[in-house]
Amino acid sequence: MTATRTPSPPGPTRPVRRLGDRVFAGSARGAGILILVILAGVAAFLVAEAVPAITAPAEEIPGGEGLTAYIAPLVFGTLLAALIALVVATPLAVAIALFITHFAPRRLAQGLGYLVDLLAAIPSIVYGFWGISWLAPKMVPFYRWLEDNLGFIPFFAGPTSATGRTMLTAGLVLAIMILPIISAISREVFLQVPTLHKEAALALGATRWEMIKMAVIPYGKSGIIGGSMLGLGRALGETLAVTLVLSVSGGITFNLISSGNPATIAANIALQFPESTGIAVNTLIASGLALFVITLVVNMLARWIVNRRADFSGAN
Amino acid sequence: MNLGTKTRAATLSLALAGTLALAACGAANEESDAAEGGTAGGGEAGEQLSGTLVGAGASSQQAAMQGWTAAYSSVQPDVTVNYDPVGSGGGREQFVAGGTDFAGSDAYLDEEELTAAEERCAGDGQVFELPNYIAPIAVVHNVEGVDSLNLPPEVVAGIFAQQITNWNDPAIAEANPDVQLPDLPITPVNRSDESGTTENFAEYLAAAAPDVWTYEVSGDWPVPGGEAGQGTSGVVQAVGAGNGTIGYADPSQAGDLGIAAIGVGEEFVQPTPEAAAAVVENSERVEGRGEYDYAIDIRRDTTESGNYPIVQVSYHIGCVTYDEQETADLVADFMGFVVSEEGQQAAADAAGSAPISDTLREQARTAIDAINAG
Amino acid sequence: MATQTPTPVSTAADAVEPAAGRLPRWAPWACFAGAAAVAAGLELLGDFNIALFVVYAVVLGTLALYLASRVTEGRRKATDRLVTAVVTSAFGIAMVPLVALVWEVVGRGIVRFDGEFFGSSLVGIIGEGGGAYHAIFGTLIITALTTLISVPIGLMTAIYLVEYARGRLKRAITFFVDVMTGIPSIVAGLFAYALFVLFFGPGVRLGIMGAVALSVLMIPVVVRSAEEVLKLVPNELREAAYALGVPKWRTIVKVVIPTAIAGLGTGVTLAIARVVGETAPLLVTVGITNATNFDPFDGRMATLPVYAYYQLTQPGVPPEYAIDRAWTAALLLIMLVMGLNVVARLISRFFAPKTGR
Repeated sequence: MTATRTPSPPGPTRPVRRLGDRVFAGSARGAGILILVILAGVAAFLVAEAVPAITAPAEEIPGGEGLTAYIAPLVFGTLLAALIALVVATPLAVAIALFITHFAPRRLAQGLGYLVDLLAAIPSIVYGFWGISWLAPKMVPFYRWLEDNLGFIPFFAGPTSATGRTMLTAGLVLAIMILPIISAISREVFLQVPTLHKEAALALGATRWEMIKMAVIPYGKSGIIGGSMLGLGRALGETLAVTLVLSVSGGITFNLISSGNPATIAANIALQFPESTGIAVNTLIASGLALFVITLVVNMLARWIVNRRADFSGAN
Repeated sequence: MNLGTKTRAATLSLALAGTLALAACGAANEESDAAEGGTAGGGEAGEQLSGTLVGAGASSQQAAMQGWTAAYSSVQPDVTVNYDPVGSGGGREQFVAGGTDFAGSDAYLDEEELTAAEERCAGDGQVFELPNYIAPIAVVHNVEGVDSLNLPPEVVAGIFAQQITNWNDPAIAEANPDVQLPDLPITPVNRSDESGTTENFAEYLAAAAPDVWTYEVSGDWPVPGGEAGQGTSGVVQAVGAGNGTIGYADPSQAGDLGIAAIGVGEEFVQPTPEAAAAVVENSERVEGRGEYDYAIDIRRDTTESGNYPIVQVSYHIGCVTYDEQETADLVADFMGFVVSEEGQQAAADAAGSAPISDTLREQARTAIDAINAG
Repeated sequence: MATQTPTPVSTAADAVEPAAGRLPRWAPWACFAGAAAVAAGLELLGDFNIALFVVYAVVLGTLALYLASRVTEGRRKATDRLVTAVVTSAFGIAMVPLVALVWEVVGRGIVRFDGEFFGSSLVGIIGEGGGAYHAIFGTLIITALTTLISVPIGLMTAIYLVEYARGRLKRAITFFVDVMTGIPSIVAGLFAYALFVLFFGPGVRLGIMGAVALSVLMIPVVVRSAEEVLKLVPNELREAAYALGVPKWRTIVKVVIPTAIAGLGTGVTLAIARVVGETAPLLVTVGITNATNFDPFDGRMATLPVYAYYQLTQPGVPPEYAIDRAWTAALLLIMLVMGLNVVARLISRFFAPKTGR
């Protein structure tokens, strides 16, 4: 046991210290510390297995141009897919949260909330199945239209993928997956808006929308931001849905509707890991380490923002 | 009230346990295997063996291995063959480390591994490497109005390197004087996952059209910007879904897609099993290796008539001399089945591979007959 | 898609603006019905496309309602109606993937939802037939092991946080448990791989590795939910026990936990639902096999998600049979997850302490 501080629960409720108490308290404390150890262990073991790839000469890394050249497009792809997801999901999720908290009939609201939460229960791989067989083909005509009419924007330069398995489709699937997270947290902060604020706005003759704009949104702003960052963290690490949906063939490109797309870190690991041996495995673990660091930063930032709200119970 | 809660909890867990117990009665199709320890029956044709054979390696031959093990179990019902598709590199690694009895691998052992393998094997440390799985790789295309296509190596390389970008390109037209080629952009489709298929295809391009294909050969597709599909089925699906698409895949899975004839010397060859086996037969053995080591370098740039050079070969690697008689018998018997006509047909049914030729079979038999214990 | 309306309203001047007329209650319905009719007309000119029809109908209906309201009720009321329409359609948009997904998976998965799927593995199966017996048991075994690892650790941590912890360590643990919920599942898989590689050498694949990887994902979920529930146990109960001279640990075991048992059960069930469908960590730690393997300490195991993944991406020849099996596995996964969600709700309903006095 490394920790040396002995907790001294003050107050009159303090019971007599017996052996049973010491054992129980010790094991509870041990479990708590174990969690910190696990988290540190995740980082440590990843680093340990990534080191061979970091120290290896550039030509031994798959691709032959070194670790940075290998990981850079993957990081780009990861960020791009997650950003698309975020841009699509945040407004939608906030609107849904508003609908459930302020617009839907009272009696239905809870049930409708469950329906949205159900989206979070569906496993990632099933989203992948659905993405390739249902969503991707249905998006093709839309992408054609984008290419024809908005082709001057680099995002939609085309040529349109014939299968629809593009970065934009992957981003949309991710958006659906993070929607329930953002909307759950937004819902919770919207419900916490003091009734007095709302009633004050209504008493001044505001319509429902004006009340929301004046009282609800300003109050819930940090919750929305924190929630979207949690969603971002989720989207960054989402694996199987992207693996199945995205047509991956390397290279950094902003073209969202063509067939050549950079992979995401997670999808790349899932694709390459089962057949890899030797230094290739270490390289993949090194890329996983990069993903770990990125998500850690995003999540810590998100938690910090969300936690600034006093006793907020953080649903996820 | 408290009692009520407890009773309900007990009922719930009892019900759960009951469901589990009911279900835990073994997979219907595995029950015959479960009868272990059956004594060697003898009497019938050949010797009845029993035991477990452990192999690991390339996932490319996993489907074929499934065919082999399924058919083999009717010949030797008491032998269990476990094949772990860890990938070629992993298979060689585990074999050399002594963890498995044989390895399946898309590439033969390199110098370093060979030395290590010689230490692992008993006796004089010889290893056998048999090219028992031959799979042609077809260039499949989906272009409206074009059923047959002739493609010289430089054109294949040009298309996949994205230098030839339209179907009405003069280079394609020259090889296909009778075909009406549309004005349609070409969408090349490649594998998105690391695979032996990609590696063999790239190897062919690098050998047959070195001026056009200047990329490094590896299991990862080197050209950015093409459509990508996951696994053979993903490629076939992507090619099928588009118009003007072209990709590379097992001919057995190509379905309705057009299969291009590839330029070899003066003629154009379809990826038939015979043509694929022929190129393996005509390839040179790697020099300086053991007597029973049939490692070959496939002649990708062959100009011989009737040879199809885009093939993937997967080896079975094992020891000529094992520590134990039982293992030696099992390996010899199983390998004997694998190279037999029946075995090769089972693989062809399960995986769409090309059966090996009689010459290759004879070669393999000499190696298998030499397997012993000591 | 979600058009944010930037129309600035609500100034003092607006507030006193007299409300003109009022649209009758049936007006919104009328607007949307009319829009649907127009959309249908538009569609009949070209090819009929159900998605475009709905989009046209909603957009036109919203526009019509806005204009009608603008004319009769004024700008502020009109904006309010516009926002209502936009927010409602946002909810509608979110339901599209849910309905489409369930429809697709049920439709394609039902094909092989038969006895053979549950009764046989893939040993010796080429083409038709075969099932996921081995994968179903792999998933059950690995999930059970995960639960066995995660629940004690998670529960004890929650007890520590609620009953014992104070100060910096408590804040640190709370914060890092939150951070841990955000660990990408594939990273958890890589962690388990990196851990076991140190002891077993490269290429190792074991069922227990999968359980360790999933535990990394499950522990924080258990901690969070258990913490919430334990906090809800009234302090009076604890104080009453202390007053009777009961030691603190017996108070927790005999009073606090039984009071919270329904919530704990719900939390654990939801945590299981969270990990049972995870694919990525199992892909890199447990791998796949065709045969049934009941021993998580020896070699590869098949699990439902990984089984579905490989059946879909490497179907072999002919592909359609394996693809059917993949969809059935996906259907089974959804049923498992949703079933666990239902069980969680049932637990919280039936095992909750009666509050009626």
